[in-house]
Amino acid sequence: MSAGPSRTGRSLLLLAPLLIFLVGFFVWPLFSMMSQSVSDTAVLRLLPRSAEVLPDWDRASPPTPAMQAALMEDLKAVDDDQALGDMVRRLNSARSGFRTLMSKTTSALDDTANPPVDLVSIDDRWGRPEFWLAIADALSPLTDRNLLAAVDLGRNASGDIEHLPAEQSVNGVILLRTFWIAGLVTIACACIGYPYAIIAASLSGWKRDVMLGAVLLPLWTSLLVRTAAWFILLQEQGLINDALQTLGLIDGPLPLIFNRTGVIIAMTHVLLPFMVLPIYSVLITIPKNLMPAAASLGAHPIRAFLRVLLPLSLRGVASGSLLVFISAIGYYITPALIGGPGDQMISSIIAFYAIGSANWGMAGALGVVLLIATLLLYSVYARLSAEEAERY
Amino acid sequence: MKSVMKSGILAVAAIALSASLVAPVFARDLTVVSWGGNYQDAQRNIYFKPFSEKTGKPVLDEAWDGGIGVIQSKVKAGAPNWDAVQVEAEELALGCADGLYEKIDWDKMGGKDKFLDSAVNDCGVGAIVWSTAIAYDGDKLKEGPASWADFWDVQKFPGKRSLRKGPKYTLEFALLADGVSKDELYDVLSTDEGVERAFKKLDELKPNIVWWESGAQPLQFLASGEVAMASAYNGRITGISRTEGKNFKVVFPGSIYAVDSWVVLKDAENKDAAQDFIAFASLPENQAKLPEFVAYGLPNKEAAAKVAADLAKDLPTDPANMTDSISLDVDFWIDNAETLTQRFNAWLAQ
Repeated sequence: MSAGPSRTGRSLLLLAPLLIFLVGFFVWPLFSMMSQSVSDTAVLRLLPRSAEVLPDWDRASPPTPAMQAALMEDLKAVDDDQALGDMVRRLNSARSGFRTLMSKTTSALDDTANPPVDLVSIDDRWGRPEFWLAIADALSPLTDRNLLAAVDLGRNASGDIEHLPAEQSVNGVILLRTFWIAGLVTIACACIGYPYAIIAASLSGWKRDVMLGAVLLPLWTSLLVRTAAWFILLQEQGLINDALQTLGLIDGPLPLIFNRTGVIIAMTHVLLPFMVLPIYSVLITIPKNLMPAAASLGAHPIRAFLRVLLPLSLRGVASGSLLVFISAIGYYITPALIGGPGDQMISSIIAFYAIGSANWGMAGALGVVLLIATLLLYSVYARLSAEEAERY
Repeated sequence: MKSVMKSGILAVAAIALSASLVAPVFARDLTVVSWGGNYQDAQRNIYFKPFSEKTGKPVLDEAWDGGIGVIQSKVKAGAPNWDAVQVEAEELALGCADGLYEKIDWDKMGGKDKFLDSAVNDCGVGAIVWSTAIAYDGDKLKEGPASWADFWDVQKFPGKRSLRKGPKYTLEFALLADGVSKDELYDVLSTDEGVERAFKKLDELKPNIVWWESGAQPLQFLASGEVAMASAYNGRITGISRTEGKNFKVVFPGSIYAVDSWVVLKDAENKDAAQDFIAFASLPENQAKLPEFVAYGLPNKEAAAKVAADLAKDLPTDPANMTDSISLDVDFWIDNAETLTQRFNAWLAQ
């Protein structure tokens, strides 16, 4: 009787490192990224009095004395600079100008010798409704603002969802570009990786080892090193252009770097192992006598390939494509070093929000969009492979 | 200023990560962080090594690539692994407002009156004054550009141009090229019509622009002949002319200068030693050595007076260079950087 629970306990203990790892490095970061993108307490937590007064405001007329007094009380009570910083960042992101407005206001409020009568006397921007609107809209603890902005949507003054103006709509274009580049890389990997895997699987002994080694060795080299190597190869006076010019094949150097071509070439090379290995692992499980059998029944080699080998190995191509595509949509270093301004992918925008402006909410929201795209793809793949399994 | 390649940051991050995993038990050495490249090599010679010899304690130096998010995440995590950091003016203003830095002990620095006004801040001590200016190859263009209007004029000066990828500086230069005077520059840029006007002007030049991101790139483009002129950091332009026998020229009229400052991260383990270090690096006799290596202006007035005349003429702080140049409006950029970067990215993606 007692063996059951203690055995479960022991096996849990064995699993503990894995579980701790999963929670610490997978569940928790994902959860905090998602909560960052919707949580919006930076303003509410510092402005409790304003939160009571602002809902009564008609959202259009100049601020009432009660609103100004409440905000002044709130600001005087703030003693945590970092929390204040979070609030100001949040407000400035909704309405440019809060940075200087707030620092002017807080230093005026600190001046106890001649205290300001109201906020408008400190800075006339406080008389403009749009600054108060930004505060009013930031007072609910949860927001869909970041998630909407991640796909170029926003709420207008009356609260309806609408498209952001064209000059603010950058994420949609870049997301599409990210998927487009990832798609091209996946196709390129499949075109190179499939024949490669077929050849590798048809060989044996040292020849197979050499072919697999050629795939695996780059995989063990750092991504940065490989990208830097492509930089050297592709540049205007690089090896490729020099060789082609020496051979007399081209007159001037080909534009291979700082454009889409370079990004596709480098990313295809980096991601190729993720295509070759799944296909190879499927191919070696296919009995070698199937193709001769098809030939003995009179099938042309192409027909035999299309009817026998291709359907059987398609599972490998699908999982390889999925791996390559999902890795590709998160690429950052390669487009940054090899690409031009028209080749930056969504990660570079995430990096701007995280590093450049410390806007973790936006960075998290874009991350959530990427995560959703990945999950959708994965569910499509899972559905397809389940149908496949039923067929056989 | 952003001289280090992405590889540098990654390497530093990897080292920092492994160091933080391995050695939390031992007291960390004073860690000073700057912009890398030949600038940091010079700083190592004239500040880091002599300070370490004087105090008898090792000084670690690391390089970074800017970004207030980096500082914020270090400070918020508690016990930051950097002590003294050189930051740009916006990072100083943002971080100081957000309480990410220690307050400077100005008595230790020798008093506020010893420094240029723009180099004095509650949270930071000015380290250098540097400019972003037009650079061109004097050997290829006998008669070079004199203004941003010339920079935009691809008829008179054929060839591509290179600008830093981002709205900061780019929008200012576009307005200057469009005839806005330097005194009205930020007034115009503060209006929606001004921003519209700047992007319109940029549309004209867009097909001819090669964008750069790290400070070494514009000079590489110039050297390889890929572009005819570029915006670049003045210290690098003068540096390449001195060390590599190039004849690259700096156009100071219309250039924009800014002050980089030393800060001490909030609750850093060696915050007192970091203040001592900053005081040491601000001493006139130490700071005056910098222009021999890199042509950046000195915020300590006494140090600036000590610089030899032939070196002083290349500095942004030289009166002749200062007359027609513009001071970066930090307040404008801390208010508008996020919206304008978004707008700039959208414009770029069109």
